[in-house]
Amino acid sequence: MAVETNLMRKFLNDPAKVVKESLAGLAAAHPDLLRYDAEAQILVRKDAPKKGKVALISGGGSGHEPLHGGFVGLGMLDAACPGEVFTSPVPAQMLAATKAVDGGVGVVHIVKNYTGDVLNFKLAAEDAADEGIKVTSVVIDDDVAVQDSLYTAGRRGVGATVLAEKIAGAAAEAGADLTKVTDTVKRVNESSRSFGVALSSCIPPASRKFIFDLPEGQIELGIGIHGEPGRRRAPLGTANETVDIMVEAVVSDLKPKKGTRVLAFVNGMGATPLLELYLLYGEVDAKLRAAGLEPVRNLVGSYITSLEMAGASLTVLALDDELTRLWDARVHTPALRWGV
Amino acid sequence: MDAATITSWMREIDVAVRAERDHLVQLDAAIGDGDHGTNMVRGFEAVVQALDSDSGAPPGKLLILAGRTLVSTVGGASGPLWGSALRAGGRTLGDQPTFDGPQLVEVLAAALASVRDLGTATVGDKTMVDALEPAVDTLRGRLNDGASVERALGDAAAAAEAGMRATIPLQARKGRASYLGERSVGHQDPGATSTALIVRALQKAVGPVD
Repeated sequence: MAVETNLMRKFLNDPAKVVKESLAGLAAAHPDLLRYDAEAQILVRKDAPKKGKVALISGGGSGHEPLHGGFVGLGMLDAACPGEVFTSPVPAQMLAATKAVDGGVGVVHIVKNYTGDVLNFKLAAEDAADEGIKVTSVVIDDDVAVQDSLYTAGRRGVGATVLAEKIAGAAAEAGADLTKVTDTVKRVNESSRSFGVALSSCIPPASRKFIFDLPEGQIELGIGIHGEPGRRRAPLGTANETVDIMVEAVVSDLKPKKGTRVLAFVNGMGATPLLELYLLYGEVDAKLRAAGLEPVRNLVGSYITSLEMAGASLTVLALDDELTRLWDARVHTPALRWGV
Repeated sequence: MDAATITSWMREIDVAVRAERDHLVQLDAAIGDGDHGTNMVRGFEAVVQALDSDSGAPPGKLLILAGRTLVSTVGGASGPLWGSALRAGGRTLGDQPTFDGPQLVEVLAAALASVRDLGTATVGDKTMVDALEPAVDTLRGRLNDGASVERALGDAAAAAEAGMRATIPLQARKGRASYLGERSVGHQDPGATSTALIVRALQKAVGPVD
């Protein structure tokens, strides 16, 4: 008889109900900010719909918390559509969310570039159009680890998603019109590049074991947010060496001019402690300056995660005055709060 | 063949994906994120329930209902892809109560065209198309040769299974596996695997070769 190793070090009841119970808990923790519609399986800003305001929705598989539900509130998302863990949500969720937040001047769909997300959001946008709601969609594809070519599904949407939701959310809150908010999302996407690394995979509740095994002393380079292997595996060096790889990957692709002011986002994949994330940030800050860039804003923490993956990603956004102002604008969501 | 054939087909798929769920999850863990088996089980369980409550409908409408159910329950890429496929297939049958071999080819050809259109994959990209396209071509060819529907479907299912195995050496050019680049080589595609199960299930639903 085979010995079964129990790797389910998790807090859950029925594994099939993890997502629903977690969403109910989020809503119970933040009743002033959002509500959970369990029937439609969406999270909606408490004061939605805001008449005359362009609304923003996003969504995707669960398992990346606080993305996206933790970003619902003032100055960011009006609604979030959570799928099963690592599984795209279905069109009915996005249609319900769109209708719930429609303030009469259009709704922007922020879509991470994964085949499932793109297809389900596409079907939902068609349904919304059928119901007379003006929807625009922007695909986020900031990950440099994948070459965008005829031979791939395109670059993944990762860290820039958080930045786009905050910055475009601020624009919408300030009364910008649909075209302007849509363009703002696009600008953040185009001006951002990301690269992630992992020291472990993760354990989806339904599958009960790590998606892949990573031996000690090894690092996965060029990972996404679904616990999948990266582009390649290498011996794990020092944080200094790892950040060299991350900064090089991002800067060589973004190619910002010397003197560009940037936002440096060091993101934890879920299991990496803040102790290490700040250590990484110190390295990132030094290396960006050595590359002639000026990190004038930053975000450090676990904001777009992959369950309990140990790892980190770097997103660098080339700023201008407007993007900086929108980043600084007040926000009040479960996961990001300033100015209020 | 008629509405009962479609209901049988969906039941056979439900049985097959349940039996193979862990295998599909494992294949998807190697080059994806490990949710394919779970998603397909959830979807086809819902399809069987939906069809049970609409027993009077003609076969085309049942396929459309199955497609809609998949879109609203599976999630991921498989939901829209199989959902649109079955809806497109169902539309070719209109309201007719029965269908023959050549009409079945049209159902599957429309399903394939919808998948290729929505997902933009072609044979060789290491996706469900690698199993579905050989199945459709084989079904059409064998019926043209004068084979019975049962025999032609048997050959089509074998072609789907061969297509599924042929994905092993390929480097993925679509979907989540494509992020892995060369590391996707040497692994069988989970989407092609579930597609082969679906074609084999159709063969079982239509009937054994005598």
